Amino acid sequence: MSTHVEPDALPGRNASRRGGDNKGGKEVGADRKVKTQGRAAALLVAPTLIVLAVVILYPVINAIVMSFQQDQGLDAATGLFVSGGFAGFANYAHWLLQQCPTPSGTGTCPPGTLGAQFWSATGVTFFFTVVTVFFETILGFWMAVIMARTFRGRSVLRAAVLVPWAIPTAVTAKLWFFIFAFDGIVNTLFHSSILWTGSQGPARAAIIIADVWKTTPFMALLILAGLQMIPAEVYEAAKVDGASAWQRFRLITLPLVKPALMVAILFRVLDALRMYDLPAIMTGGANGTTTLSILVVDQIRVGFNSAAALSTITFLIIFIVAFIFVRFLGANAVDSASGRAKEKLK
Amino acid sequence: MRHSKKIAPLAIVSVLAMVLAACSSGTSGGGAAASNLDARGPITYVQGKDNSNVIRPLVDKWNAAHPNEKVTFKEQSDNADQQHDDLVQHFQAKTGDYDVASVDVIWTAEFAAQGWLEPLKDSMTIDTAGFLPATVATGTYKDVLYAAPQTSDGGLLYYRKDLVPTPPTTWDEMMGMCSIAKANNIDCYAGQFAQYEGLTVNVAEAINTAGGTVVDKDGKPTVDTPQAKAGLNNLAQAYKDGNIPKQAVTYQEEQGRQSFEAGKLMFLRNWPYVYNLAKTDGSSTVKDTFGIAPLPGKDGPGASSLGGHNLAINATSKYKATAKDFLTFMTSAETEKFYATQGSLAPVRADLYADADLVKQLPYLPVLLTSIKNAVPRPVTPFYPAVTQAIQQNSFAAINGSKSVDQAMTDMQNAISTAVSK
Repeated sequence: MSTHVEPDALPGRNASRRGGDNKGGKEVGADRKVKTQGRAAALLVAPTLIVLAVVILYPVINAIVMSFQQDQGLDAATGLFVSGGFAGFANYAHWLLQQCPTPSGTGTCPPGTLGAQFWSATGVTFFFTVVTVFFETILGFWMAVIMARTFRGRSVLRAAVLVPWAIPTAVTAKLWFFIFAFDGIVNTLFHSSILWTGSQGPARAAIIIADVWKTTPFMALLILAGLQMIPAEVYEAAKVDGASAWQRFRLITLPLVKPALMVAILFRVLDALRMYDLPAIMTGGANGTTTLSILVVDQIRVGFNSAAALSTITFLIIFIVAFIFVRFLGANAVDSASGRAKEKLK
Repeated sequence: MRHSKKIAPLAIVSVLAMVLAACSSGTSGGGAAASNLDARGPITYVQGKDNSNVIRPLVDKWNAAHPNEKVTFKEQSDNADQQHDDLVQHFQAKTGDYDVASVDVIWTAEFAAQGWLEPLKDSMTIDTAGFLPATVATGTYKDVLYAAPQTSDGGLLYYRKDLVPTPPTTWDEMMGMCSIAKANNIDCYAGQFAQYEGLTVNVAEAINTAGGTVVDKDGKPTVDTPQAKAGLNNLAQAYKDGNIPKQAVTYQEEQGRQSFEAGKLMFLRNWPYVYNLAKTDGSSTVKDTFGIAPLPGKDGPGASSLGGHNLAINATSKYKATAKDFLTFMTSAETEKFYATQGSLAPVRADLYADADLVKQLPYLPVLLTSIKNAVPRPVTPFYPAVTQAIQQNSFAAINGSKSVDQAMTDMQNAISTAVSK
């Protein structure tokens, strides 16, 4: 959003706008109307706000509070766990600066500890995000352009394309786990003997293939929706003016589909940044496929408070990426949706 | 919309109040142990999925004999991680609604250190004389028994007796026999070498077999000794030589079993469950040509890692006298025999391994006894999840050759000592 917010950009602003329009003449009556309307609106919105506060605000705040507590330690004498007390930023330093407790104080986390994996997990997460979203965008666009054409069996194709997206991710992951097994279909088909889940490169490739297979349809459908908003007359006019197919694509399709495309990419990026099930089931996070979400779940078994710090960091990373998208790349689901709806009404 | 602007802060304030309330009540300590020791009444027993219908008949039998102290059986999912998390949630809540729980041997120390388990001492003492010592060790934390052995499990060596008439007794002997596998164009040896809990089991076995230990009695790491290094080096060298096939770094229990049953593998380290499957599976090509032996060691039987479950009493249980009686009932010789015949679960009582009836039904029992007698529990430490991570990641790198064995052991030593020095 830019510095100035259009009053009608957000649906919620309609009430105040109506109040402003009525200014002059019957101010008193209008004011009362606004007041009763406002009260009714507040009453209607209140339950939602309370539910949102309980299910979103409370866990988030609780996680942040927990992230400043130390994980429990062991009392050497009794062998029992004792609570760790206030930690300050120690949990954050543990992840960001790779500091671990050692018998002689604090030192760098040795390989094999979860703490040592933070930056590699961050790298892996972004690697998966960039690569999968790149392929999904290109393939999704291609599929959407084909589906937008009129031909026989179009509805069958659209329904068929949805199948991978409709299967639960966990099932997909198990499926690909068997496909990529050493004696699995892929190796049999290509007479290869690649250890798909046994080393880094192939393991990552396997996860990327599975993810692209699964989520390209989602991308394609969102882009298809955008393509269908473009009136056919625009293309006809361009044709009459002698624009080539490439020019029509570059100068009409791309700019007009951009809002829908950016929303689709934003959704996929946010999804990919919290990728968990595919690597968890296909490789268990082994061979350089531990994403931040997998690291959080592993850490929960070891200590809640460090896990809270890690999930807060993950939350911030995803938030920053989403913010950059909305602020600089113009992917704003709310704005474009309401703007589009207005266009249609006119 | 002016009003809703006022409501939002209100909601935030009320939520903050909830957060503070939750924080202040969150850390109140326990001290529930050693209360309700003489109380009797209805209790709840919890364990994972009862796949072969062993538990229900036992609970029915108990309930018929104890109408005033009925047991309700709560069945969890069949996933070990989910069982662990479910137990943690209930123990943490301190409601005492789980009275007796079946606890995996590797969780016992963690739960005991949390103060969630009633120590089996003083009036709660149970008779451990009949149990195999290694199984009692898995229920012991800081010299106190916290859980009674219920079922056990140990590693066995499955071998092709048509190719190798006498099974190897030492690791070196087994490696020497790999030329036979090569001549027959099949793989020689595999265990569970994918990076997951099974790798910890196999690496701990290799280390213990070579005379090393993973942690000492106080839970401090001891993997930088020459013996421990020699243990891991055995695996790494065998992988490098091709005696362990390269796809074995993707093997969990099932992949190895399938390869063995398909006749593509000469030696397989696996659990007793494979025995029945390899004998009866339609796709098994080795039904009549495989044999079982104790794991090969340095100069005798090797040291198996110990599997199985223990029974523990919740420290906040309301009826501990009943819980203790039920625990005794569930680990009695008669019940143990029922576990073995009905569910193929390995007994924890030594004399059952010599029971002629049982051995007829489960021919692997005598070999399994050797395995369990030589078994070493996996590291008994309340920080087990972090310790197993340290073992898995570093040993995996050493086996597939991306790290030297020396480096892997140094890193493993440091990682374990980081994990346990909280």
